[in-house]
Amino acid sequence: MPLQIQLRVNGSAVTTEITPDTLLATFLREHLHLTGTHVGCDTASCGACTVLLDGLAVKSCNVLVAQVQNCDITTIEGITPADGSLHPMQAAFKACHGLQCGFCTPGMIMSAIDLVMHHDHSSDAEIRAGLTGNLCRCTGYHNIVRAVMQAAPIMRSAKS
Amino acid sequence: MPSLSYHRPSSITEAVQMAHDDPDAKLLAGGQSIIPSLKLGLLAPSAFIDLGGLADLRGVRLAGRSLRIGAMSSHAEVANSADVRKHLPALAHLASGIGDRQVRNRGTIGGSLANNDPAADYPGAVLGLGAELRTDRRAIPADSFFQGLFATALGPDEIITAVEFPLPERAAYVKFPQPASRFALVGVFVSLTGKSVRVAVTGAGACVFRVPELEQALARGFSPESLAGITMPADALNTDLHGSAEYRAHLIPVLTRRAVAQALA
Repeated sequence: MPLQIQLRVNGSAVTTEITPDTLLATFLREHLHLTGTHVGCDTASCGACTVLLDGLAVKSCNVLVAQVQNCDITTIEGITPADGSLHPMQAAFKACHGLQCGFCTPGMIMSAIDLVMHHDHSSDAEIRAGLTGNLCRCTGYHNIVRAVMQAAPIMRSAKS
Repeated sequence: MPSLSYHRPSSITEAVQMAHDDPDAKLLAGGQSIIPSLKLGLLAPSAFIDLGGLADLRGVRLAGRSLRIGAMSSHAEVANSADVRKHLPALAHLASGIGDRQVRNRGTIGGSLANNDPAADYPGAVLGLGAELRTDRRAIPADSFFQGLFATALGPDEIITAVEFPLPERAAYVKFPQPASRFALVGVFVSLTGKSVRVAVTGAGACVFRVPELEQALARGFSPESLAGITMPADALNTDLHGSAEYRAHLIPVLTRRAVAQALA
């Protein structure tokens, strides 16, 4: 039976009908065509599908749209400023070469934003532990950790 | 996936009634285990009864010498709760090590306990502290709650509302994580309250269990040295891709010693 639901995606209200088994990742990619959210493993392991749900990082392949009724979803498409410049985390990934093939990058960036906003991230070890839910098969993580360290103070000063 | 209905009750009474009326429906908490099971075809419920709208099931409350944690509290909420960190740091530490950050933002304590995965972390704390599970109709002591592989004392339409943890004098949880999933290959929770010692082991058997031999040795003296020479039989322990029953048996006293040392630190 179709289900009527309302939520906000990247600041815009969305009202839609879905089947109750629709995953958030499927909804974002196939209904809203926000294909920046990637589906890697589809088993909640790799983190490529990470989005922010009311500001907190979640794996959208492991959440039903029905569960996020009236919630705020932010995807990689929703973090860039209106002038088209990059979010500080995106700019840092670019500057530090924190990506190679780029498949994990949207999820990695969404996860890193939540890490910097809500968790301890002052040391290399904390950042590595904080990113255990995101797999990258190219970089060996070194440049990703550098990118998070570079973006963190810029994000903190923008927040305050 | 087969066709599925979705209900979002606005009270616990309504949720219980829905579960009672449709025996093929499943309760949905954070969904971090049940959604993967659904995708793999391991279950095909007629409906999900989503407990996500029930504010009564959330939150941490300190009441005298116990901490009451609402069943729908996420692992992240437990790990970050000032009350849990202050009064039961072993539990905050355990919650902060479940899965990964994204999973901790969604997964709930009630969901984990109702699922009773053999390698889940929370059953270790619940049995290792002698906590009590509150449901919509009764209180269930930890010692009779965990009944086997994915099996609990819960009735088919019974809903966990909270977990009441007594505050111990000392406690610690040490796990040997499976490095990819961070589930417990073996996890040991120890607690000391007065003269009573509890040692609960998760990850090693069909479900969490206590080890009387280790408890008695620690009751005589709560120190790692008290466990010298104690070995565990591998009978009935799990063997899988990640470790043999013998390996898990070996880890139990090793991790218990480490947990006791940590509880004393």
